[in-house]
Amino acid sequence: MIETIGTHLPVLPVLLPLLAGALLLLLERHGIGVQRALSTVAMVALLATSAALLRAADDGTVTMYLLGDWPARLGIALVADRTSALLVLTTTLLAIASLLYACAGWDRRALHFHALFQLQLAGLNGAFLTGDLFNLFVFFEVMLIASYGLLLSGGRGPRMRAGLHYVVFNITASTLFLIALGLLYGMLGSLNMAELAFRIGQADPANLPLIRAASGILLVVFCAKAALVPLYLWLPNAYSRAPAAVAALFAVMTKVGVYTVLRVYTLVFGSEAGELAGWAWTWLLPAGLLTLVLASLGALASKSLRMLVAFLVIASAATLFIAVSLDTVETVSAGLYYLVHSTFVAGALFLVADLVRRQRGVAGDNLDVAGPLRHSALLGALFAVAAVSTSGMPPLSGFLGKVLLLEAVPATNVAWVWSIVLVTSLLTVVALARTASQVFWRARPWPETASSPAPPQPAQVAAAILLLGYGIAMTLFGGPIMRYTGDAAAQLLAPADYINAAHGTAPQLREPSP
Amino acid sequence: MEFALASIIGVLTAAGIYLLLRSRSFDVILGLTLLSYATNLLIFSAGRLAIGKPPVLVDGMAPTLANHTDPLPQALVLTAIVIAFAMTAVTIVIAVRSRSDNGSDHVDAGGEGMP
Repeated sequence: MIETIGTHLPVLPVLLPLLAGALLLLLERHGIGVQRALSTVAMVALLATSAALLRAADDGTVTMYLLGDWPARLGIALVADRTSALLVLTTTLLAIASLLYACAGWDRRALHFHALFQLQLAGLNGAFLTGDLFNLFVFFEVMLIASYGLLLSGGRGPRMRAGLHYVVFNITASTLFLIALGLLYGMLGSLNMAELAFRIGQADPANLPLIRAASGILLVVFCAKAALVPLYLWLPNAYSRAPAAVAALFAVMTKVGVYTVLRVYTLVFGSEAGELAGWAWTWLLPAGLLTLVLASLGALASKSLRMLVAFLVIASAATLFIAVSLDTVETVSAGLYYLVHSTFVAGALFLVADLVRRQRGVAGDNLDVAGPLRHSALLGALFAVAAVSTSGMPPLSGFLGKVLLLEAVPATNVAWVWSIVLVTSLLTVVALARTASQVFWRARPWPETASSPAPPQPAQVAAAILLLGYGIAMTLFGGPIMRYTGDAAAQLLAPADYINAAHGTAPQLREPSP
Repeated sequence: MEFALASIIGVLTAAGIYLLLRSRSFDVILGLTLLSYATNLLIFSAGRLAIGKPPVLVDGMAPTLANHTDPLPQALVLTAIVIAFAMTAVTIVIAVRSRSDNGSDHVDAGGEGMP
């Protein structure tokens, strides 16, 4: 039994949420209690699976899982290596906290919340684990369709408008994705990433311009998902209008874009790609730096707390692009550490922003007015920890991530990267300090006449503390985590193992094909 | 036939992008639809154009593209059509809802500086 599960480990993070989502749809009329119980069971199982996947990947093996038992060059394969296992675990940990927050009462108001949540997890995990570009497109769609439902269910007015922008933008990006896939298949005759990496080195030189165009379109699509300049304009409005638990889960969605850039461009257009090796990298660093500046200015100028957090999400994605584009083992390793950290902290900030908004009465999360605030000690403490962590001040995980990144920057780029990262960190600190002084220090006493809001529920506070606790744990266990991200980065930048695993994994039941 | 197919793809794409950039949500949805048609044709053409050849292997015939049509792009197009179809439905629902909530079918309806 255990052995069977072991061999099917890479497919379980996709199958478990899919199964749970389908069951949840069937069980919906039995009430919210049954749904919460089933969701909890599914999350526990997913956590165990993700942890097992991480342990299996830790020794450096690249596990190929052949769906339908076709050889990887013909069929669809799932691949679990160190990086994808790390991201699956990150998603699971984030999802546990955001589900806990939603279970405090919001999940009653949104139709099909639990089912959509599980389906979104299936899409996210699939996107991290797939080894095939078309399959990546399909998992993107699964993830996006569920996110449309989560974002819009129970919404009205302004959220519908933001949702329309979000949906149209993402569908356009998906269409571009398909165009790139059509071109790549026409030129190279496969969509398996390992096979593409192998074939691109031997491609006919006459086809290279078209392959280059296709890979450029692909990069645009991934950068749109990751909100790189100038493709980030859709994000602040959509994320700041999303319900808190959903926005917290969305914190990992921009990371999917960063991950796919890292995966596809280290593997397919990496060191094995011959003439096309790393041709677009030179654009990523300036774009990342520019996005970082614009996102920090946006954070400084935002009029509401949730808008501020949305801009901080863009800033963290931009920092990741800087780390990825520098393309050394040290920077990518620091980037992976920062990726995990920023996912947790951005999720925590969305939750804290929602808690603050509910305790401010009519002022909401509007930063232009000083409103009253209940339970300011608790919320202030939560906000302080999150703010220190996200802005990169010592002693929390944000500081470690940024220091690692700055230390690893190659000498040729030190001037630009150091100055921009440090100045934008200062801007972020100013934005957060201004917010804190407006919301917490200038809070007026609660008016006698108005009824005071209900105190935050224990589950909501626990969810925020859990996410902040992940960040603190990442600081305490910084050593082992950095060793792991270092190994993962080394594995990413040496794609030969991955390609060999794709070629060496034979079907188990099928006769050898021609 | 190549010229005809390429022209159709080009015209559909141009019309789709033009409609996508307009300010009414109905135009935008039509633009997305045209763009997805163009994409489907493009993927279809990735398997090379062949007339009257079967998409499955036949016994006694060499399994090369000279003797049969590439079946994979057809499978890809099928998936893409299904997804585009579902997405069009979702966008229409959202657009209708946005129109009734915000009182206008402008894509920025109800925002700053809008009626």
